[in-house]
Order: sequence, then structure tokens, then C-alpha cells
Amino acid sequence: MPTLKMILNGQEVFVDVEAGDLLADVLRDKLGLIGTKISCGEGECGACAVLVDGRAVDSCLYPALKAQGREVTTIEGLGQDNRLDPIQQAFIDKTAPQCGYCIPGMVISAKALLDENPHPTRQEIEEGISGNLCRCTGYYQIIEAIELAAERLAEKGGPK
Amino acid sequence: MWDEYLFPASLDEALEMLEAHGGEARIIAGGTDLVLQSQRGQCSAKVMVDITRIPGLDYIEERDGLIYIGAQVTHGQVAASPLIRSRAGVLAQGCGSVGGPQIRNVGTLVGNVVNALPAADGAIALFALDAEVEVAERAGRHWTPIATLYAGVGLCTVDPCAAMITQLRFRALGKGEAGAFERLAKRRALVLPILNAAAIVGLKGNKVERARIAIGPVAQTPFVAAEAAEALVGRTPDEDRISRVAQLAAQAAQPRDSLLRGSAEYRKVMAGVLVRRALWRAVEAASLQEGEDANS
Repeated sequence: MPTLKMILNGQEVFVDVEAGDLLADVLRDKLGLIGTKISCGEGECGACAVLVDGRAVDSCLYPALKAQGREVTTIEGLGQDNRLDPIQQAFIDKTAPQCGYCIPGMVISAKALLDENPHPTRQEIEEGISGNLCRCTGYYQIIEAIELAAERLAEKGGPK
Repeated sequence: MWDEYLFPASLDEALEMLEAHGGEARIIAGGTDLVLQSQRGQCSAKVMVDITRIPGLDYIEERDGLIYIGAQVTHGQVAASPLIRSRAGVLAQGCGSVGGPQIRNVGTLVGNVVNALPAADGAIALFALDAEVEVAERAGRHWTPIATLYAGVGLCTVDPCAAMITQLRFRALGKGEAGAFERLAKRRALVLPILNAAAIVGLKGNKVERARIAIGPVAQTPFVAAEAAEALVGRTPDEDRISRVAQLAAQAAQPRDSLLRGSAEYRKVMAGVLVRRALWRAVEAASLQEGEDANS
């Protein structure tokens, strides 16, 4: 069984995987990081989005071994219970989550967007989360949350 | 799903791996389609040969008026490339329409071609650009027109268990030339197109010197409306002429009834609408571009 070595949320991790394992399953079932959700399982909803070397990917379609030697960030890597990422805090302050299932993916996409483009227009935000579906259709609050996060990050001197 | 997942360090090693497994191994790049095909039992290969870590396949560059795109280049990289946006904008628009950002970050343009689907947004733009494809086999490498790769819906003449596409090339659009991509779908992201169309127009003065129109999915393979495009050449691209050319393109298109995409009747009419819009935008951009060059 091959060993996958990656930097997961800042820590070096070794995990034995099957050749056909997908990253989403390894994260959830082998590493217990269940913040990453699986919904459609075919790259249409974005609930499984994680960052690989800073870029958002759908982990349900991503062969786990592609992450070999890469830096992977999941929703668990953005903040902890008492120290949330500014994007997470903005989602709470704008009441962006309804059922909440899409939110880890939305936050990951927002993180990828703001890291690359700290001052997005509304249209750029819409495009940034266009790979994520929310079945509660709470898009407005999500967009407003990302705008708020961008403002707060700008005050602090940019995203980290 | 798979028994082995390999990372060759060179093109030669990749082809050796394929040969060593005698049809049981196949090339994988982004895998955004292949993972699903494997899960659904549509891909029998048990060994994946991942080409995304081979050095030197990640370029988008221009040499002698041709643009070359390596096999590792993702839709996202094409869509964001300043070179593609300025010299082949139609392809940037096509690649920017594929899936959503997460898919575009992983899926490759060459993969879009290998999958040989008549609706593929990147491939439709490549057909309009009259692209060529380089195929690497153990026997050597050769260039071939993109259309020669398509043998039917999802059928590529390049066998990914024995060969791979290493790069694409096409002529960069120059003075007085521009393209445009149009797409009809239920949403603007994450859905397959009901129809898409790409058009390229080259102007000299107020006459069309060169035109190409590609439409999908209205046939088993991406469809090039050659006769319609020919009816534009040598003419002044006014509203009447463009409408007539778009009608010719729609008449030549042969969409099927589709539960997913709508009736053949509806899609035939809409093919004309998309072609008209694409031609009109291409003509506007081309005349703007010709004007700018004349002023500079």
C-alpha cells in the first residue's frame, strides 16, 4: 500500500492509501477530518473543496496520491474553535450558513479567492464561488460575508 | 478502483510504463473526467500513469506566430493566460466556461480533447482555431489536425493506453482577427452546455478575409460549419449577412433530441442564435482591433 505524505493543515502527515483512493475519502475516513463534505461526488457541488498548494480543488474527484508532497488545507486548517479565520467569522456575522452543509466548501473557495484577489468585486466573488452550490439558496448572505471578510482583512493588512 | 498510481519523471518513462502494462495502464492528467469514468466502470485500466509531474509540459508560449500549449496546462491557466486572452481570446472564453473554478484548477485542455466529447467547451474553441495536436507514441511524435482525433462521441483515435497528446498548437490571432465564444446552459456554471459555438473572423478593410465557425454538440464530433463560414468570406459583415450565415450554420447543424439538452428543433434554432452572436462579437472585436493597429 503506497504511503501518502503531505503537509496537511501545516503538519507533515503520513497515511497509507490505496492507489484508487480519493482525497476526500482519505481526509474523512482515514484522518477523521469530516469538515470536508461529500455531497454530489462528481465535482458539481463543491462541498468537498480543499486547497492544494493554495488552489481550490474538488477532493471527491482528486486522486489522493496527487497530493503526494503537496500542501493541503482543509476547513479544519483555517481556524480553531476559539480563533476563527476572519472568513469564518464573517460567515457567522452575516448569518451565511443555513443548513451549513455547503459552508466548508464555500469558505475554502472564499479563502482561495481572497488570497489571490484581496479586493474582489461582487462579480468576482460570484465567480469565485461559482463552483459551489448552496441548496438553501443563501447566496446573498454568503456573498456579503465574503465582502465583509475582504474588508476586515484589508484593515488588518491582507489575508494570511 | 485502481491497482497502481505511477508518476513518471519523463515522457519516455510514461510511454514505457504504458507499454510495460500492455493496455492495462493509461495516462491520467487532471482526472476530473477519468475518476468518474473509472467509478462508473467506463475505464478498465488498472494502472494510472500520472503525467502532471513530468518537467516541461506546463507551458503556454508563442513561437513564430504559433501558440503552443503543453499537456499539463489546466483550463484555469488557459483562461487566465495574458497571451491566450490577447491572441486567442475565444479559447480563454471556452476554457473559462468549463465546470467551476475547482474543476478548471485541475482539468486540462488536452484532457478535454482526449475525452472527445462534441460539447467540450475548450475543444470547440480549438476547432474554431483550427488547432493541431502532437501525439507521442513509442515510435515517435507527430502533429495531426485536431479533427483527425475524433472518431465519435467520446472516441479519441489516440489510445491513452499506448500513447499521449503532448501539446497543442494553433496560429495566434493577428491584426484584424478576433474570435468569440457563446454558450447556452441552464446555469452559468457547473452545467454542461445545451449548445456552444465559437467563431473566428479576420477582417481586411470592411471585408471578411477569413472565418471559421465551430458548434457543439450538434453532431457526433465538434462540428465545423465550413460552408456557412465560406459564405462570409469576401463579404461585408453587416447584420443581414451575419444573420444569413448563422442560418446556414444552423441548417447544417444536426442536433439530436436530448432529455438533458432539449429538443432537436429548439436546439437547431438556438444554434443559429449562438452563431449569430458569436460572429457579431468576433466582427466587432476584429474591427476594433484593426482600428487600434491602424492608429498605433
